[in-house]
Amino acid sequence: MHLLIVAILIPFLAAALIPLLYRRLGNLNLGWFVLTVPIILFTYFASQIPMIAGNETITASLDWIPSLGINFVAYLDGLSLILALLITGMGSLVTLYSIYYLSPTDSLPHFYAYLLLFMGAMLGVVLSDNLLVLYVFWELTSISSFLLIAFWYHRKNSRSGAQKSLLITVAGGFAMLAGFLMLHSMTGTFSVREIAVYIMQYTDHALFYPALFLVLLGAFTKSAQFPFHIWLPDAMEAPTPVSAYLHSATMVKAGIYLVARFTPIFGGTAAWFWTITIVGLITLFWGSFNAIRQTDLKALLAYSTISQLGLIMSLFGMGSAALYFDIADAAAIYGFATFAALFHLINHSTFKGLLFMVVGIVDHQVGTRDVRRLGGLAKFLPVTMVFAVVGSFSMAGLPLFNGFLSKEMFLTATVNVMSMPAFGADIIGWLIPVVAWTASVLTFVYSMIIVFQTFFGKFDSKRLDRAPVEPNIGMLISPAILSIMILGLFFFPNVLADNLLAPAAAGIVPGVDAAVTIGPWHGFNPEFFMTVGIIVLGAALYLLLPRWGKVYNLLPSNWSFNNLYTKTLSFTEGTSNRLTSTYMTGHLPHYFSYIFGFFVLLAGATLVFTGALNLDSSNDQPASIYEIMLILVMAGAAIAILFAKSRLSAILLNGVLGFSIAIFFVLFRAPDLALTQLVIETVTTVLFLVCFNYLPEWRKEYTPRRTKVLNAIIAIAGGLTVTLIALSVNSVDLFDSVSSYFEDSYELAGGNNIVNAILGDFRAFDTMLEVLVLFIAGIGVFSLIRHRVGKEADSDENQ
Amino acid sequence: MKINDVILKTITKAVVLIIITFGIYLFFSGHNSPGGGFIGGLVLASAFVLLFLTYDVETVSEGVPISFKKLSAFGVLLAMVSGLVPVFFGQPFLSQSFGYFDLPIFGKTELATVTIFEAGVALTVVGVVVNIILSISEGSNKWKP
Repeated sequence: MHLLIVAILIPFLAAALIPLLYRRLGNLNLGWFVLTVPIILFTYFASQIPMIAGNETITASLDWIPSLGINFVAYLDGLSLILALLITGMGSLVTLYSIYYLSPTDSLPHFYAYLLLFMGAMLGVVLSDNLLVLYVFWELTSISSFLLIAFWYHRKNSRSGAQKSLLITVAGGFAMLAGFLMLHSMTGTFSVREIAVYIMQYTDHALFYPALFLVLLGAFTKSAQFPFHIWLPDAMEAPTPVSAYLHSATMVKAGIYLVARFTPIFGGTAAWFWTITIVGLITLFWGSFNAIRQTDLKALLAYSTISQLGLIMSLFGMGSAALYFDIADAAAIYGFATFAALFHLINHSTFKGLLFMVVGIVDHQVGTRDVRRLGGLAKFLPVTMVFAVVGSFSMAGLPLFNGFLSKEMFLTATVNVMSMPAFGADIIGWLIPVVAWTASVLTFVYSMIIVFQTFFGKFDSKRLDRAPVEPNIGMLISPAILSIMILGLFFFPNVLADNLLAPAAAGIVPGVDAAVTIGPWHGFNPEFFMTVGIIVLGAALYLLLPRWGKVYNLLPSNWSFNNLYTKTLSFTEGTSNRLTSTYMTGHLPHYFSYIFGFFVLLAGATLVFTGALNLDSSNDQPASIYEIMLILVMAGAAIAILFAKSRLSAILLNGVLGFSIAIFFVLFRAPDLALTQLVIETVTTVLFLVCFNYLPEWRKEYTPRRTKVLNAIIAIAGGLTVTLIALSVNSVDLFDSVSSYFEDSYELAGGNNIVNAILGDFRAFDTMLEVLVLFIAGIGVFSLIRHRVGKEADSDENQ
Repeated sequence: MKINDVILKTITKAVVLIIITFGIYLFFSGHNSPGGGFIGGLVLASAFVLLFLTYDVETVSEGVPISFKKLSAFGVLLAMVSGLVPVFFGQPFLSQSFGYFDLPIFGKTELATVTIFEAGVALTVVGVVVNIILSISEGSNKWKP
């Protein structure tokens, strides 16, 4: 097995080990064990950088379901490597941070198991070449995100936030799966790289555009793009390390990764270019606009993440136009956008991860993250304040920090696109830089809110839960590393550009083969003046915030997408509830009439309309005297059940039926079946007897005559259908019997008992699953009865 | 009125042994004649059910300190693991193999991996059936080995 595949599997294995280790290590040491996993993986991926920088790739494959074209193919190129490094690098820092952040009273084994599950799933997403494997990992990230958001599941908000994120991302995932299947039906392969080669011939295919939009739906829901962004603020109920890791640095980048990965497939079409660019820009603006009004620092960061994701998304949209042009110069101009997107993807993870950690520290140390209660913390938390300044200024796009470089590249890209004639961009293209610039001004404003409203201004200890002090040194290590990276990337961006960004960009769009050199100074060009404008106007807006903040009250509150989501959810729940209660009456005779009614309609109709009905009895053996006697006994018992006066007699009569069947098996020389039937009948009778405790007193119920007649018709029709099917089966020979194969059981399975050879060897899979079902049924009965009076648990849940 | 069940209890003591022996016999004979894991498990389960019917749950649980829930889980695990082993030898999941060996007392004997799989089936059946009946008879609340 190739190391690349092992790397994906390691987190899963580590997660499986956690329950065992937890008993030995206890709460605290568990985190240190978990920390080794991302560090080892990060070292492995980092060691691949030189090879990727040389424009090589790694492919490793493992057969999974080769007959369906589904193989576990891991593929490492520049793009995957960037994401893999982010996943493992941020994973290490976040794990380290969480060791100090979480309290020992939290259920740490669950936390770390979910975290490792996520890490493995996310690595699977970015390293899979096979679309179906990618899809499985994709949904696994949604599930682990769900589990982590609901980590403090005793809170109602955590549960509803988790539900919201799951519903939205999984719905998008389903759409994406449909898109994948369309791609497969066009090109006949599930491999992303092969599809990218073959898709050229299918751009006129009827499924091309549906597939494009469905795949985008998956990407947009995952990356919280407008209007699906509403789940991300609610996901902030998760513990802060989770928000830093999943909901800013890695998982929400999965949608962006998908767009980048599919750009060679769909890129170069106007639909791809405009959908992604426009959705990205709207998200960028709407996120930054809404971030300013938030009073909860984590909610502010959530909206800021939405906005930044929109920025990266729009850059990938603009970059995709490079595939449309054959001219190298034009392609290079668009390719620059892709290059900037990748750079900002990394930068965003560094500064947003840092800011989440800062907010986590503030929350952890003073017990609140409401900006209205915070203020003047600089005196008490000076180190944390420095980290906040680094993170916020980088996000605002100020020089000395890596955010400045990528923000300027973003502005350059928007100005370039305006001047180029792709897809009619020369007509309304001027809107792109305008929206980008406005959003950047707003970004500047909320970045300042984080720093100045938390760490400066008036300090009031009465509004805080605890007296502020600097946290444990361990909690400061990860933010310190991220701060150094932010500064390092500003001064030495080209180390990253040459080794990682250039090979990754080259894999997505053509025209960026010659590596772009990143530098802070490009002369007095439009981007420079835009940056100056952002700083000046942003500062003015921040200072005047109390004056113009009322603008947010003008937005109608019940016209939000959040409201639409809530309304839809309660409407569907209410409707399905009403619909269900019309037929789920709790009345057994009703259920039986549904079951047998449908059986008669479906099986009976099939029998009649397919012409399978055949009552030819020439092949049948004549009935012997024993058989006739048994049938008379059974018929008598069956009729007697209808007139039984007590439950006990009904059960005994039912036993007569069962034992008679056993005798039939004896007559037909099926000793295995006869034995089984005998013991089953015994055990069932005991089961009936112990059930008596639960049943109400036996009494005649009044049933209207019409219902009785209807029930009788259904019962007779049901019996008739079974009889007719049984008779018809015997007289039709559709294909050769397979039983001759089983007759060789002694040679094939070493046993003379064909029945058992089939059960345990030839068709052991069936038996294994039956055993599993039996076990699940047993557990189900046990827990239903044990937790019959579980009302107090219910109230416990909704505190 | 106190029910006199001396006869039942006396007979049960003897009969349960016979049933268990029969169950074990059925389990092993299944390879070549009627029997097998499922039916063997059922017969064993019916022996326990008879014990519970004759004596009360507490008495039996003292004598037979087995957690039937764990037994059924162990059975499922055994059946699955026995199916996984061939995977490591390059065979498909759940492949069974057999061979003939010369053993000291038994002479030439056939040993088959299917026995392990069937043992898993049997244990699951015993565990589940007893567990269901115990649960339903409300004895499960007192059943804490």
